[in-house]
Parts: sequence; structure tokens; C-alpha cells
Amino acid sequence: MTNLFSIEYITIFTSFALLVLGLWGIISQKNIFKIIISFSIVNTSIHLLLVSLAYIRNRTAPIIDSAVDRVNAAEKVVDPVPHALVLTAIVIGIGITALMLSYAFTMYKQHKTLDINQYKSLKW
Amino acid sequence: MLRNSLRVIIIAALGWILFQVYSGYSSRDELNELAGYYATEGLSEVGAANLVTSVVVTYRGLDTLGEVTILFLTALIIGLMLKAEHRGDRTRLRESSEFLVTASHVLLPVIFMVGVYIFINGHLTPGGGFQGGAILASTLILMLLSFTNSKISHKVLEITESVSGISFIVLGILGVILAGGFLDNKILPLGEFGKLFSAGAIPVIYSFIGLKVGAELSTIILEFNQIQGTDDKSL
Repeated sequence: MTNLFSIEYITIFTSFALLVLGLWGIISQKNIFKIIISFSIVNTSIHLLLVSLAYIRNRTAPIIDSAVDRVNAAEKVVDPVPHALVLTAIVIGIGITALMLSYAFTMYKQHKTLDINQYKSLKW
Repeated sequence: MLRNSLRVIIIAALGWILFQVYSGYSSRDELNELAGYYATEGLSEVGAANLVTSVVVTYRGLDTLGEVTILFLTALIIGLMLKAEHRGDRTRLRESSEFLVTASHVLLPVIFMVGVYIFINGHLTPGGGFQGGAILASTLILMLLSFTNSKISHKVLEITESVSGISFIVLGILGVILAGGFLDNKILPLGEFGKLFSAGAIPVIYSFIGLKVGAELSTIILEFNQIQGTDDKSL
């Protein structure tokens, strides 16, 4: 724990804090739009976590240019695989958020309220 | 009261687990085997300067196909759900201010070209099909905001989306026939490393992905825009 204030520790801590905050929002908010925003916060925290796990000290982005030569690229770049995963996750996140918003719109049309406690059809 | 304390317990338990993970984490100083392979062999095998692109489009190309399919399904479901809503007469929207309209005339082509630039250069610079497609869709938002009463054709978006989706899959199958496997980029010559026409089929595939993602996101935005102002009496 010597380098607690280095960038990867700060980003991982931030992402965990955002995860807890988002989960708190999901289970405690009543307004369905606020729940959707909480889901987006959780989504962002996962992206931040993946990118910080890819980070390696004193290395640069996995793109070959004047800063990184082809021969010893493996000693100069950070891990490209989590970056590719985040790229996928961002697009899926957009899709899920849009889908949740359209569900929320439909629910509002039917029940005339955004309060999730009023949706009796969800209870069993 | 019981419910609140239950929530606090759940959050505290999650926080405790995450804190254990955090305090046990130690940063690494080497790439693992897979990433090391991508960084060394990937350069001569794929020939893309952007290693993330070589992972997304070639090594994990099948995942990208699945991802694009998920986005397509999302657009489809949103279209179905929101079309089922009763569409009353659209209220005529207020004209946008002259500042916005004039600025849009200047900015729209520029933003569109930046989007196209980003997905064509996806194998050389940061960016790629998904980012470029999102920028293309953002031009549509600006268009809807500034030209409020213009009609935007669903047909064009649908045709772009289908044509680029089919071309993406055809390129993938050509990879099976002409080269090593599905979505192999060696169906075109690899070219000189670091130039625009290099890395085989990656620029072509990424352009189709960019167009497809742009069209899908635009469809989603249009669907959300069209429920605006419908059936106001019931709300």
C-alpha cells in the first residue's frame, strides 16, 4: 500500500465508490428515471474499473506511432484487451439505457406515474 | 424502517467486499501472455497500428458482430414499443433560434466529416467504427434541434443499416473462403504499415461498422424524438 495515491489506485477506488453509489440509487430511489440514471452510474464505474485494470505504470496507449516502435511494443504499451472490452461495453450500455428509457415511457403511459411503488402489476 | 436498514446492510456488505478487493490489488508491470501475443505477433499478422482495433475487428471480430447485432435488436425493440403508442397529430414545434440554425449550417458538414474521418482512420489513430458512428448520430441530434419541423426519412437510415450490415457479414464470409477464417483481414493486401490503405480489410470493415452503428443510433434517436408532443391530453 505504499503507492496508494498513484493513478491506478485512485481510479479503482473511484470506480468502486461509483459502484456503491449506483447500487444505492437503484435500491433506494422511487422515481424510475432516477433508477435508470443509477444504472448508468454503475455502467460507468465498470468501464472505469476495466480501464484501470489495463493500466501499467510508465507505459502508453496501445497505438504504434513515434512514441512506440514496432520492435519492442510489448514493453511499451498497456494491455489492449480490456480497452476492446470497454469499447464493447459502452455501446451495449447505450443500447440498454435507451431500452430502459423506452420501457419507462411505456410504463408512464399506462400508469400515469413515475413512482415505482405505484406499479402494482410488478408485485406478486 | 426495516427496509432502510436492509438497504444499509446490503450497501455496507458490498462496500466491505469491494474494500477487500481494493486493498488486495497490486498493479502489474507486465502484459499477460495473450496481450503480449497481440502486441508482438499482431503487428505483423494484422498490420494495424492501433492494437485495440486489431483486437476488436480481427481477433475478436465475432464479438463485434454480436455487439452490432445487440444494437440492431435494441433499435428494433424500441421501434416496436414506441410505434405501438398511439400517435396523435404532432404538435407543431416552435422554430429554433437563428443562432442555432445558422451555426448548424456551418457545423453539420464538419461534424459529419469528423465522424467519417474517425471511422476511416480507425486502424491508425484512436477511434474507430463505434466512435465514428456515434459522432454521425450526434449530427442527427443537432439537426433535430435546429430544424424542428423537417422530416427525416426512415428509409435512408434503414437502407444504410441493412446494406452495411450485409456487407460486414459478406466480408466476414469472404475471409473464410479467401483467407484463414471468419473476418480475417488478409483478403486485401496488408500494405505499408501505418498508411491509410493498410491492415487489409480493416478500414473497409470498420467503415461498414461505423455506418451501421451511426444508422442504428440515429434510428433510436428518431424514435425518441417522434414520441415528443404526441397525445398530450392524456399525460
